[in-house]
Amino acid sequence: MADVVFDKVYKHYGNITAVKDLNIHIEDKEFVVFVGPSGCGKSTSLRMLAGLEEISEGEVSIDGRVVNNVAPKDRDIAMVFQSYALYPHMTVYDNMAFGLKLRKTPKQVIDQRVREAAESLGITPLLDRRPRQLSGGQRQRVAVGRAIVREPKVFLMDEPLSNLDAKLRVEARSFISKLHQRLETTFIYVTHDQVEAMTMGTRICVLNAGELQQIDSPFNLYHNPRNVFVAGFIGSPSMNFFDATIGKDDNGFFIDAGVFKLYIPKERTEPYEAHAGKKTILGVRPEDIHDKQYQPPGISPADVEATVDVIEQMGNEMILYLEREGKNFIARVDPRTEARIGGKTNFVFNMDNMHLFDADNESSLAYEWKQERDLAKIIS
Amino acid sequence: MTAYEMRRIAMRGGIYGTLVLFALIFLIPIYMTAVTAFKTLPETRLSTVWNLPTQLNFTGFEQAIERFGPSMGNSFTLVIVATIVSAALGSMNGYVLSKWRIPGERVIFPLILFGMFLPYQAILIPLFRFMNDIGLYGGIPGLILVHVVYGIPITTLIFRNFYAEIPDEMLEAGTMDGAGFWQLYTQVVFPLSVPGFVVVIIWQFTQIWNDFLFAIFLTTESSQPITVPLAILSGGREQNFPMMMSGALLAALPPLLVYIVMGRYFIRGLLAGSVKG
Repeated sequence: MADVVFDKVYKHYGNITAVKDLNIHIEDKEFVVFVGPSGCGKSTSLRMLAGLEEISEGEVSIDGRVVNNVAPKDRDIAMVFQSYALYPHMTVYDNMAFGLKLRKTPKQVIDQRVREAAESLGITPLLDRRPRQLSGGQRQRVAVGRAIVREPKVFLMDEPLSNLDAKLRVEARSFISKLHQRLETTFIYVTHDQVEAMTMGTRICVLNAGELQQIDSPFNLYHNPRNVFVAGFIGSPSMNFFDATIGKDDNGFFIDAGVFKLYIPKERTEPYEAHAGKKTILGVRPEDIHDKQYQPPGISPADVEATVDVIEQMGNEMILYLEREGKNFIARVDPRTEARIGGKTNFVFNMDNMHLFDADNESSLAYEWKQERDLAKIIS
Repeated sequence: MTAYEMRRIAMRGGIYGTLVLFALIFLIPIYMTAVTAFKTLPETRLSTVWNLPTQLNFTGFEQAIERFGPSMGNSFTLVIVATIVSAALGSMNGYVLSKWRIPGERVIFPLILFGMFLPYQAILIPLFRFMNDIGLYGGIPGLILVHVVYGIPITTLIFRNFYAEIPDEMLEAGTMDGAGFWQLYTQVVFPLSVPGFVVVIIWQFTQIWNDFLFAIFLTTESSQPITVPLAILSGGREQNFPMMMSGALLAALPPLLVYIVMGRYFIRGLLAGSVKG
């Protein structure tokens, strides 16, 4: 039971800075996910917390204790590795008991904890087997079991699902979420997969190039991304971006993206007014572009006509690759849409959910404005 | 039978015929050694030298055991101690060099490897003087020391490459579990080292057992390993062929047994890394 604090943490490798000024306060019992593309510093951050990498600058503390100079074994944390890193020469039982044996835990206590953990993970019948006799999913559970028996204050997981096939991965996701609810311990989870991050985390840290971009709940991250990177990283297919300028005429404020001109709904022009005339980036998620015929009620539609390049029929939805005057973008529309490849179709952009970013520093123009409001009420 | 099948059989026959022929040529010395060992001295004269012995005669072996027994004992002491010590040192070197960052490792490792390319002959005189100075000249302990030191480069190299295959994550998991430098070695790395040890043991055992140069140079008569009296005898005036050949067979037996017992790990160990297992 512990909180974890990264305070102005840096990691340098020679001239390369892998982690830059990382400040995160993770509350007790939180499930925090570090997500970002490869090389963003997420694993390095986790490994600094684990004690497998030295901290170049700043302080990391667990449960109020600065652990910079504390040996990994004394940090009271357990880690699940991507490759599981089970000991091939030991049985499942011995794999799970190893950490406790090294800590000179009494035999009966070890036996009880290992059996309890095995029972809760459904791996009791495997206790006498060796890792090579197990399937991927079973190995993954043993790796989790090895962490559980230690009863650590903090659980660290470094891409624990990336070696599983797609179906097992979905199962393992809910398995780990349930585990978190049952153990009521702080979990820190590293992944490059934004779907994993969104589905499992109570809060998500999005990292890029060693810098923390945003830390927020999945809902806020999706609906109020702080900058272009977060907006593009979260969500699949990715958000569409258009170079645009904000203008004003008799009908109010509008966004001029060159290939189309969209009016900003009157009740939400406030954060953008000061930026009239400036270069901006318009972001519209594929799911906020609808076939005009099937547009849902209660949105603020803005008409855009576009040519269909490619159609991906998914059954429950349809992914359309669209083109308008040389500008390509993607829409995720109602599967009944009667679009034809090469044909022109009328679409609407839902202007309630559009995002505008400063073209220079790529930060969201409405971030603070949206933060002050109840997001659930201003999206549609 | 089609023409294709006939051609295939002819090809196969040709290949196997050639292989058998070459095998026979290579087996001639072994045949000679084996048949001579079981002959009586008169049977070894030129006219019957190719013949099989008229009856199995163990006089040669009896004489050989009497003559070479003490040096066989020396050889066993030498080879067992030197092999175990050099394998253990190589294993620990390999562990440190492959899994730990140490200052100067880019210099240390090549320097260790450099030892492999030092020809024995080039260092004999200084070696002799050094052994004399430290008082280890003339006995088995001195020979053990030389073989251990000369074995370090190759055993280090083999173990370092072998341990490179053990994922770092496994040692990190051990670190998180609370294992320190030695516990990681004894509990995680060492138990996984069996194939590495097999390769190193076979290699070192054969090298040390068969060594003649260090043996004749650094030992006195009572502490000579088997290779020395065997070679000396072949140059002597009394040519007791059955005894010599029996002695040669006895001397060849231990490395052969090591190969037979551990051989199937040998190839696997040598290939470790080239093929994902």
